[in-house]
Amino acid sequence: MPSLKELIKKQDLLSGGHRACAGCGATIIVRQVLLAAQYPVVVGASTGCLEVVTTIFPYTAWKVPFIHSAFENVAATIAGVETGYRALKEKGKIKEEIRFIAFGGDGGTYDIGLQALSGAIERGHRMLYICYNNQAYMNTGIQRSSATPYCAHTTTSPAGKVIPGKPQFRKDLTEIVIAHDIPYAAQASLAYWNDLTKKVQKALEVDGPSFINVLSVCPLGWGVPSDMTVEIARLAVETCFWPLYEYENGKYIINRKPREKKPIEEFLKKQNRFRHIFRHPDRDKIIARIQKEIDRRWERLLKRAG
Amino acid sequence: MIVARTGNEAMAEAMRQVNPDVVAAYPITPATEIVQIFSSFVHDGLVDTKFVAVESEHSAMSACIGAAAAGARVMTGTASQGLALMHEMLFIAAALRLPIVLCVVNRSLSAPINIHCDHSDTLASRDSGWIQIYTENSQEAYDSVIQAVKISERALLPVMVTIDGFIISHGMERIDILDDREVREYLGEPPKRPNLLDIDKPITMGPLDLQDYFFEHKRSEIEGMNTSLPHIEAVAREYKERFGRYYPVIDTYRIDDAEVAVMAMGSAAGTAKVVVDRMREKGKKVGLIRMRVVRPFPKNYLKELIQGFAAVGIMDRSDTLSTLGGHLYVETRAVLYRASHQPPIKNYIYGLGGRDISLEEIEEIFEEVLEIGKSGKVTEPVVYKGVRE
Repeated sequence: MPSLKELIKKQDLLSGGHRACAGCGATIIVRQVLLAAQYPVVVGASTGCLEVVTTIFPYTAWKVPFIHSAFENVAATIAGVETGYRALKEKGKIKEEIRFIAFGGDGGTYDIGLQALSGAIERGHRMLYICYNNQAYMNTGIQRSSATPYCAHTTTSPAGKVIPGKPQFRKDLTEIVIAHDIPYAAQASLAYWNDLTKKVQKALEVDGPSFINVLSVCPLGWGVPSDMTVEIARLAVETCFWPLYEYENGKYIINRKPREKKPIEEFLKKQNRFRHIFRHPDRDKIIARIQKEIDRRWERLLKRAG
Repeated sequence: MIVARTGNEAMAEAMRQVNPDVVAAYPITPATEIVQIFSSFVHDGLVDTKFVAVESEHSAMSACIGAAAAGARVMTGTASQGLALMHEMLFIAAALRLPIVLCVVNRSLSAPINIHCDHSDTLASRDSGWIQIYTENSQEAYDSVIQAVKISERALLPVMVTIDGFIISHGMERIDILDDREVREYLGEPPKRPNLLDIDKPITMGPLDLQDYFFEHKRSEIEGMNTSLPHIEAVAREYKERFGRYYPVIDTYRIDDAEVAVMAMGSAAGTAKVVVDRMREKGKKVGLIRMRVVRPFPKNYLKELIQGFAAVGIMDRSDTLSTLGGHLYVETRAVLYRASHQPPIKNYIYGLGGRDISLEEIEEIFEEVLEIGKSGKVTEPVVYKGVRE
């Protein structure tokens, strides 16, 4: 594992000057991932914020080969690139060791891209799929996805007079991916650069598919100040809203067990997407329900990690 | 070498000889046998191809795009609903100027679900930026698949080659296949293109392109299609010189002294040729025009060709559901708008969902077109042949 001092000496493969909002989690994640990569990489991205802010023609922020084709298919597209690579390498037309990384947002991964992701994992392509998960369709104007947490306000799950935000709890995509018997899967956070770096390096050594679900923070969509991205991301881990863990060769490893699990209220109250909860007549009941679900999922993870 | 092959087998055989780097495919209902035959070539070690058995046609075309963007030679196959599911990706493959060859078995689009032949599937994709070649029989399908590889790599556009579902795809025919060596020598190595695996020269493919550049990029893609016909013709000539078989952009049969002609695409053209012979025996001066290349639409050739007839009957195995008639009819009318002589034309929509068209029915069409040629009058411009109404 390289130290931070070593990492910052490496060339940044996502240049500055792209058009992401101040405080955007996605580009922080991409820079960390590319700095961590110990091989030359080819990157694919699904349609979404990341693709939009980094590739407005005639500019590109990518200093690595990059392809975007559509929204629901980055897993299939990068699988095609990887297959082309294997074919050409076998014929001696390519000499280099290259790795393949797909970036998809939660919409492109949890929802419309789930089938393509599942297929690519089942077929065993040597690719690292990274979901930069900001828990809604931010690019199109903050619509709910299946990654959006319970009660969060989005433009398609608004905090209304009768229904206070999203009525359902989040889908647990990491567990769905693990159910494929994938060689390596993990959850990570942009607030823990060393953990993310280690995971990316492990994933790129896997001779097969690997998946990292990285919680991103969208200041605009979450309603947090742009200088709070890292702090909010850290709170998500400290409250067990977003546990850091790995699934490697059939075993669960929890990378960070908070000594004292912070109450979820601390995470919720800092974000405008949950503001309506605190004004709701059933405020305490709602927060208790959220806490209960977080506890249930955390306990389940503890059990799985033995 | 003379062999007996179904249309599916003939196309799969051409794919085996091409020996592409990557094939990604999915067997939607109605599935095509082409890919399943090809996968047995892969598993028996007869090709070097990496076969990706994806989980949908959408992913099939997505993976083909990825592989082609990596610089690989890429082919796939589909039919009907599968082509419809690929629809979004067809446009992207063409706009990224990727040489991909797609073997399509023409079958009706749902609903109702049907699985038999008509041309509604590929004609619904006609504006996607793909070159489209409609073949008449297994021999032509085989030869056209090999030609398509060359055409796509020169024009930098994807190419779909079609055969009629069941009629050609499942019908056994006598075909002449080339030696593997001949095919591989003819195709050679694919020309080098900018690609994603050139890690020292990183490129960004598929960027966001707004009001300031999109139009220029789209215009250059349009120009790519506009200038693709000479590539198709050059490949047809080279193929004839090397292997003796020639396929023009528009195929014609006994039109030199014909008073009237019928236009058709696909296998029905073969049936119509038999009718032409029969009618010629009776002294009737009729001929056939078969549209082989439909994208790019060979407007100048067609305009020249049909101006000389007293009347033309246009057979369409599809309808545009626009009140205008079938696809070929609508496009021919557009071409005729600028013609100095405009023969009366009539549209015969036939064979939807695999309904057979008989020699007698085609003869009726010819007789009617001869009448129109004499009278110069078309009472009902679009009719449906062989349907219970």
